[in-house]
Amino acid sequence: MIFRSTAKLILFIIGLAPLTWLVTALTCDSIYGTMFMSVDPVQKLNRELGDWALIFLMVTLSVGPLSKILKRKNLIALRRMLGLLTYFYAVLHLTSYIIIDLQLDWHEFVKDVTKRNFIILGMTSVVLLTPLALTSNNISLKILGSKSWKKLHYLVYPAAIIAIIHFFMMIRADYHRPIMYASLLLALLIYRIWTIEIKNTKIISRFRSKI
Amino acid sequence: MIIRTPKSYDLKETSVTKEDIYFNRRKFLKSSLAAAASGFLGFCPSKNLQAEVQQLSYKTTKWGKTLKPSSFEAITSYNNFYEFGTDKSDPKKNSHLLKPKPWTIEVAGHVEKTGVFDFDELVEKKTLEERIYRMRCVEAWSMVIPWIGVPLNKIIKKLNPSSKAKFVGFTTLKDPTQMPMQNTNILDWPYVEGLRIDEAMNPLTLLAVGLYGKTMPNQNGAPIRLVVPWKYGFKGIKSIVKIEFLSHKPPSSWNIQAPQEYGFYSNVNPNRDHPRWSQKKERRITGQSGFAALFDDKIDTLLFNGYAEEVAHLYKDMDLIKFF
Ligand code: HEM
Repeated sequence: MIFRSTAKLILFIIGLAPLTWLVTALTCDSIYGTMFMSVDPVQKLNRELGDWALIFLMVTLSVGPLSKILKRKNLIALRRMLGLLTYFYAVLHLTSYIIIDLQLDWHEFVKDVTKRNFIILGMTSVVLLTPLALTSNNISLKILGSKSWKKLHYLVYPAAIIAIIHFFMMIRADYHRPIMYASLLLALLIYRIWTIEIKNTKIISRFRSKI
Repeated sequence: MIIRTPKSYDLKETSVTKEDIYFNRRKFLKSSLAAAASGFLGFCPSKNLQAEVQQLSYKTTKWGKTLKPSSFEAITSYNNFYEFGTDKSDPKKNSHLLKPKPWTIEVAGHVEKTGVFDFDELVEKKTLEERIYRMRCVEAWSMVIPWIGVPLNKIIKKLNPSSKAKFVGFTTLKDPTQMPMQNTNILDWPYVEGLRIDEAMNPLTLLAVGLYGKTMPNQNGAPIRLVVPWKYGFKGIKSIVKIEFLSHKPPSSWNIQAPQEYGFYSNVNPNRDHPRWSQKKERRITGQSGFAALFDDKIDTLLFNGYAEEVAHLYKDMDLIKFF
């Protein structure tokens, strides 16, 4: 129990480190004229936040398989916080886009979310992640029951696929970064399907042995 | 008394850089702290190994007299030059591999003086002038850059193209040992660009060989690059090794890469959005960093980047939305 909560505390601190760094960098740049966030912090900040949303999303998805492969069940306890960190950075990414990039030009925002496919996809991903963030607590788990809760949380896969397509679509020439994420996601999906298959065959063989 | 009527090219700028005052205490404090911070954090500040930067002599011109240039730091640390990497900080880090001296430029096509010219042969030192132009990137940011160069039309007149020359094509150096990203196929190398001959002959069009009074930094396209201030920045092809006079429209790299996003003309036009973002406004990169830059108001993008008076006639009967 103590292990779990210290681990969670450490994870929480690590999780907030990217944001802390971004704010510190901006502060340094403001006071000392350093260039940690370049001469175009608007783009830099938005892209960093998008990156961290996706990184935490991928880590969240890796926890399940990792805990099985490493045979460390208690890793699962960290998954909720990782998921919430993902959502936190995704919302910051969206917020920085609206406030800093668009400077609260709602007319442009409406145009973006109706006309521009890559924004529509980003938005879709955030929309899919929202019920997951809202139900990432014990009360929701109780109310929904573990079966439908699990079903609901499968939405994380379409959300991840769509976020990576969103990433692909903002690239102008060099696709190696989104390809990296896409490969990792593909590996995770294959692992998922594979383990489900094993489970199913086990069930089937158990069923057969009973007959 | 001289009475000047303001022209469109020297539109009043409101949000512009405060010129750095060199070697004041604050700056010293800033740079020493920055050095300490980057040292402490283990960042290696990129050394600029390029061939010695030389002071140029040039005559000043009326262009951009009222504009406040972006800082040298901004102009040389925030570049799109994919031959050295796709991140805007990459060119500064990696362009020391480029050897801009000696440099030759091939002239070919429908033109009297064809052949391979030495850089100094093509660009006569005594013809250099300063032009302070706005530079609007297709990615919706902009700068003000004090270029040093020769109007392209002067060079074209010297080379004497025939009446068959309807377009001018330009080619960047292709040498993966100097331009490492050319080992990948993220773009179709070498980078190529083109102009209609009347665009090339417009008095605004510049072959730039320097900025801020000095020879061109490698990351900005040393030793010679094109500057077409009423078009998006990517038309300004860098490190040119070939100029060709053609009867047909030459290919252009970004148009090949994504024809629905980047047209041959690529005139700055606030009314024609990029499929992924609006072109109505732009972020002026002044050289400020931190929160001030983060919350700096965007400015309106102007048709032909504010140079309509000088170039609108070139596109008199053209649908600028269709021919973007
Ligand atoms: C309404 C939702 C969203 C909006 C409006 C949005 C908007 C943007 C914008 C404007 C960019 C930068 C494009 C550029 O600079 O050319 C971007 C990049 C990116 N976004 Fe989003 N996005 C959204 C949701 C998401 C989500 C949910 C994720 C991931 C979980 C994500 C991950 C990324 C990544 C990884 C990048 C690339 C960053 C880089 O180049 O390093 N975005 N997004």
